[in-house]
Amino acid sequence: MEFESDLNLKATELRLGLPGRDESEEQSSSCVKKNKRSSSEMDSSSEHQESGPSAPKAQVVGWPPVRSYRKNVLQQQKKPESDGSGMFVKVSMDGAPYLRKIDLKCYKNYFDLLKALENMFKCTIGVYSEREGYNGSEYAPTYEDKDGDWMLVGDVPWDMFITSCKRLRIMKGSEAKGLGCL
Amino acid sequence: MAYSFPEEVLEHVFSFLSSDRDRNAVSLVCKSWYEIERWCRRRVFIGNCYAVSPDIVIRRFPEVRALEMKGKPHFADFNLVPEGWGAYVHPWIRAMSAAYPLLEEIKLKRMVVTDESLELIARSFKNFKVLVLSSCEGFTTDGLASIAANCRNLRELDLRESEVEDLSGHWLSHFPDNCTSLVSLNMSCLGSEVSFSALERLVARCPNLRTLRLNRAVPIEKLPNLLHRAPQLVELGTGAYSAEIRSDIFSNLAEAFSVCKQLKGLSGFWDVVPAFLPAMYSVCSGITSLNLSYATIQSPDLVKLVSQCRNLQRLWVLDYIEDTGLEALAASCKDLQELRVFPSDPFGAEPNVALTEQGLVSVSEGCPKLQSVLYFCRQMSNAALVTIARNRPEMIRFRLCIIEPQAPDYLTLEPLDAGFGAIVENCKELRRLSMSGLLTDKVFEYIGNHAKKLEMLSIAFAGDSDLGLHHVLSGCESLRKLEIRDCPFGDKALLANAAKLETMRSLWMSSCSVSFGACKLLGQKMPRLNVEVIDERGPPDSRPESCPVEKLYVYRTVAGRRADMPGFVWTMDGDKSLTFS
Repeated sequence: MEFESDLNLKATELRLGLPGRDESEEQSSSCVKKNKRSSSEMDSSSEHQESGPSAPKAQVVGWPPVRSYRKNVLQQQKKPESDGSGMFVKVSMDGAPYLRKIDLKCYKNYFDLLKALENMFKCTIGVYSEREGYNGSEYAPTYEDKDGDWMLVGDVPWDMFITSCKRLRIMKGSEAKGLGCL
Repeated sequence: MAYSFPEEVLEHVFSFLSSDRDRNAVSLVCKSWYEIERWCRRRVFIGNCYAVSPDIVIRRFPEVRALEMKGKPHFADFNLVPEGWGAYVHPWIRAMSAAYPLLEEIKLKRMVVTDESLELIARSFKNFKVLVLSSCEGFTTDGLASIAANCRNLRELDLRESEVEDLSGHWLSHFPDNCTSLVSLNMSCLGSEVSFSALERLVARCPNLRTLRLNRAVPIEKLPNLLHRAPQLVELGTGAYSAEIRSDIFSNLAEAFSVCKQLKGLSGFWDVVPAFLPAMYSVCSGITSLNLSYATIQSPDLVKLVSQCRNLQRLWVLDYIEDTGLEALAASCKDLQELRVFPSDPFGAEPNVALTEQGLVSVSEGCPKLQSVLYFCRQMSNAALVTIARNRPEMIRFRLCIIEPQAPDYLTLEPLDAGFGAIVENCKELRRLSMSGLLTDKVFEYIGNHAKKLEMLSIAFAGDSDLGLHHVLSGCESLRKLEIRDCPFGDKALLANAAKLETMRSLWMSSCSVSFGACKLLGQKMPRLNVEVIDERGPPDSRPESCPVEKLYVYRTVAGRRADMPGFVWTMDGDKSLTFS
């Protein structure tokens, strides 16, 4: 069937207004514009208020159509590091005027990491022991983990360490005494 | 009369009819067939819980053993249906507890289920066997405890994607020691840790267990314990698939998988550590269904796994697979029927992965049995869609989500009308279509002209005028469900095609241009439709009649207006101009 631009509504009885009168084509523009967001059930992600015509970049309720349990799961999981982006963490040393940054992915184990830190800061960190930590050393390496706690470097397996380390701090040995005995 | 079969013979013949359509047809032949059929119908499917009432169902079918029912409209999945809209199952449970003491199965989708309902189920149906709650909400783990404790012959407890208030994992320990009937357990949506020893013992004493979907809290180190006790498993959903990389964990896992010779489906894989994936390789050749949609791992690791699964029929995966991964998939998995690619970063402004239309084109080229697609991406072209359509004319479900609303063909900057037009023109068996991108009324003309088997259509940010909606409503002969958001469709097409709506299950329109006046008119003229206006700005008659409503949900019903509407829903009745619940 062909349709011209004007649907032949007069042939149907369903139309607004009294019979015999042409309905006005204009809609009242005093009401809400088409793309108004629902006031309830806001998207879990951040919303931007947009004025004027709906801009494509604004986040709209329910778009893209991804179910909330999927969104939640993705937010909770660590995203895989893209190739070559590295795992840079800040390193501070007590007494040093500025911080450094190192890429944890460059090191295969604690030995390599500690050697690199010793080189970078011109200090001696010494040897780790489970019982004594770095007792006896001038400096002790510590790190802040995902939970925000300050931990002694060396207690957990290397793989676990690099995924949970957020930043490093090389503490003066005298201060670190408490950390060594657990 | 001399020619008619005895009732028992007819009943026996009817017992071979499982499809609802066949049974419905049979019941229309004559009054006696209607009578015989209604007494022996055991399974009832209700696509819209408000299309009929419990009393009507019970009156017609007195001996039902299995109920399957759906509640909220599909767009509720994306937070478009306000909380409290409805779809409460409790009135149904109450009515059935009296009328169907022999009820065995309840399967619900998008309904509100309470602990009270679960307790009533547990108490009322002595032979209860199957509970499937798909995308439901409103209950807690206490309700699950009632089911576990009281349903002596429970075979299936499947909570897929439901929102459960997780008070504790203790519910699982309520399965009595003499419960040995479990065939399927899906608790993947729950957060809390269950008692592992209780789970282990449960699995060990259920020799018919075929499907076990664990939740994230079950650690990978413990998975071998379960697999050894259930080597007959056909479907497995792992818990978190990560641990310290230790060789003993790996070898235990690999050994455990190797005894599961019947495994066909795998899911779970939260927090995947790629190093543990090879532990599964021994089962890959038998795997037909793989859900990696929570696995945040890179394309090379995905490809290594997927290319082992030569018999794969269904793959759900994140867009980390990228175009290269999909190319590899197309080369390895020639039996692939269904592909779903989910976005890893749906709200990011820029693409975070190298996944484009090319990935889907590759799969459409390489996989001759591909019939079902759900694909999220950030660019599309008419050329790609035309290629896909020509490659796969037997496509049945095609859902494409281009993340940016109204995105044009990225090569030509034209609308994607021609592309989707090619889909509906070539894919003559198409039953479900979701569209996105820049679309004019033209695409709806193609759809109306060609999509004769289309049953469900989802439209967003598309079209120019009522003509678009008119093409769909007047042309799509098989249309059952139409859901529309943010399109400039108004009164004309809706009113001109009012009769069509009685042939459909439902119509959803939100953020469109349908006026309150038109809704009232539709409600007045079509008494067998419930025309629900959903508007959180307050009563529609406090605004001019020409003002568009926020949301409109129209569905056919023999139950009349419902009695449980919240304050932001109004049904347009013929009697008064505006009626409240």
